[in-house]
Amino acid sequence: MSANLLELRNVTRIYRRGGGLLGGQKFAAVDDVSFTLPSEPCISSIVGESGSGKTTIARMVLRLVEPTSGTMTLLDEPLHGPRVTRIDDVRFRRLVQPIFQNPFEAFSAYLPVVEYLRRTALNLEVADSPRGADAAVDAALKLVGLDLARVDGKFIRQFSGGELQRISVARALIPQPKLIVADEPVSMVDASLRMSIVNIFKRIMDEQGISFIYITHDLSTAYYLSDHVSIMNAGRIIESGTPADILGNPREQYTRELMAAVPGVTERWPEIGEIKRQWPASETAKDGPGAERNGLGPVH
Amino acid sequence: MISVRDAVLGYGTRSFITAVNGVSLDIGSNEIVGVAGESGSGKSTLMRAIYGDFSTGLRLKGGSIRGTFEGYGTLDCSDMRRAWWDAVSYVPQGSMSVLNPLMKVEKQLLDGLPKRQRLAGRAAQRQDLEKFLAGLGLDASVLDAYPHQLSGGMRQRVLVAIAAYVSPKLILADEPTTALDVVVQKRILLMLVEIQRRLQNTLVLVSHDLGVHYQITDRLVIMYRGEVVETGATDEIFSNPQHDYTQRLIGALPDLAARRGAVS
Repeated sequence: MSANLLELRNVTRIYRRGGGLLGGQKFAAVDDVSFTLPSEPCISSIVGESGSGKTTIARMVLRLVEPTSGTMTLLDEPLHGPRVTRIDDVRFRRLVQPIFQNPFEAFSAYLPVVEYLRRTALNLEVADSPRGADAAVDAALKLVGLDLARVDGKFIRQFSGGELQRISVARALIPQPKLIVADEPVSMVDASLRMSIVNIFKRIMDEQGISFIYITHDLSTAYYLSDHVSIMNAGRIIESGTPADILGNPREQYTRELMAAVPGVTERWPEIGEIKRQWPASETAKDGPGAERNGLGPVH
Repeated sequence: MISVRDAVLGYGTRSFITAVNGVSLDIGSNEIVGVAGESGSGKSTLMRAIYGDFSTGLRLKGGSIRGTFEGYGTLDCSDMRRAWWDAVSYVPQGSMSVLNPLMKVEKQLLDGLPKRQRLAGRAAQRQDLEKFLAGLGLDASVLDAYPHQLSGGMRQRVLVAIAAYVSPKLILADEPTTALDVVVQKRILLMLVEIQRRLQNTLVLVSHDLGVHYQITDRLVIMYRGEVVETGATDEIFSNPQHDYTQRLIGALPDLAARRGAVS
């Protein structure tokens, strides 16, 4: 049996909030989390609201943040720790690539966007010449429905958010990594374009055998996309399983709340009906002088 | 209440860039109207013009936009600012860049208050504010907080409260929940509906999220490339979308309820 792609064992990350150099209050952004990605390609989602710790997990997997305790391994090699024992930097970046939330912040406004793709190809030793880099960049762009001729020489403001995010995906694909960590990759993208990007992930997983950690607060795309979903709340993974498991039989109250908050287009929230019953529409508002407007402040 | 006729809107003086191209639209009293469309479709530009904010270089090149409010008569959009924070208020998107970081929330709520809403004495005004916030399910302690001490969701609720406290006839909300997670978004949407129902006024909500529109709006306006391609009752549009673009928009939605049906 081959090694798991990624393993997190009892990982905790503690931050200090407020106070001076030594003072302040400690809190665990990630609290005793264990999480495994198998060697077979898959899409695993981490879902939770802001402050649940999902981005801290992403940052630890991307090696931008060190865990306070616990172990993390990538293909059985330690991800963190002293330089001599942990996985080699270039090797790591060839295996794991990020996609961030805001593509307008991911690239500088002063450099043509495609330069980042070329540099990725050269820095990660995918290509050893500018011409080779162009070929690698073109191949990666084609996987997201673009090509080098269309994007060459353009700056970020010449692209739409959706296009730019597809370029971010292409950049991540250049070293043909094993794992892409996508932290809220579609929350800045228009609803009408979200699905096209999410579908690219699905296709890349199938065709290129690349696994994804998809971090989001949007349950509906997570369900649509993933093989495995973990629900995070207050630094802990409180529930995990296949989308069908969690959707069909949510064990935790928090998971049910999260499901109930998704603005669906087939059923209205019961609370809307309650509000409308409580404050029925009248022909004219009660706005005589001095009248209370249904309890919301006086009119003088 | 608002009547938009063949409005052509855009930016720039020498070279005019059209953002809204010949839109006509009526907004009545006591309704929730949603404006949907992707970025660049002109929905924010239209909203800014209805509000009468031409500070960004926006120009009305053709057609007319007028609003009729009690006590003001009929106002052209260039005069709409006379009714700001009285008959008309606005909920912008970015709560951190809009609230003054050096001012406590209480002061910001009172800052632009119209005369009719002012009470004699600070204590009486404070009491009124606390009662008003309690009616919206907000704790009085937010009044004493600086914006940075509040979470993103709470700051956005403060912006909604500021817009509602003047008891306006019309609230314009431009993507008020876009950057927020679904649990917080739901709380704010419910708050907006409750305010509209209590005040029996009009809410115009701009969002690119059709789920949001389905949940709270009575009527929907679909914009595409600077034009209104479809308007109608929200239920009608969802059950029987006419325009290609609307069909694509609705067809592209991942829906939890539909998945739930498929799973069980």
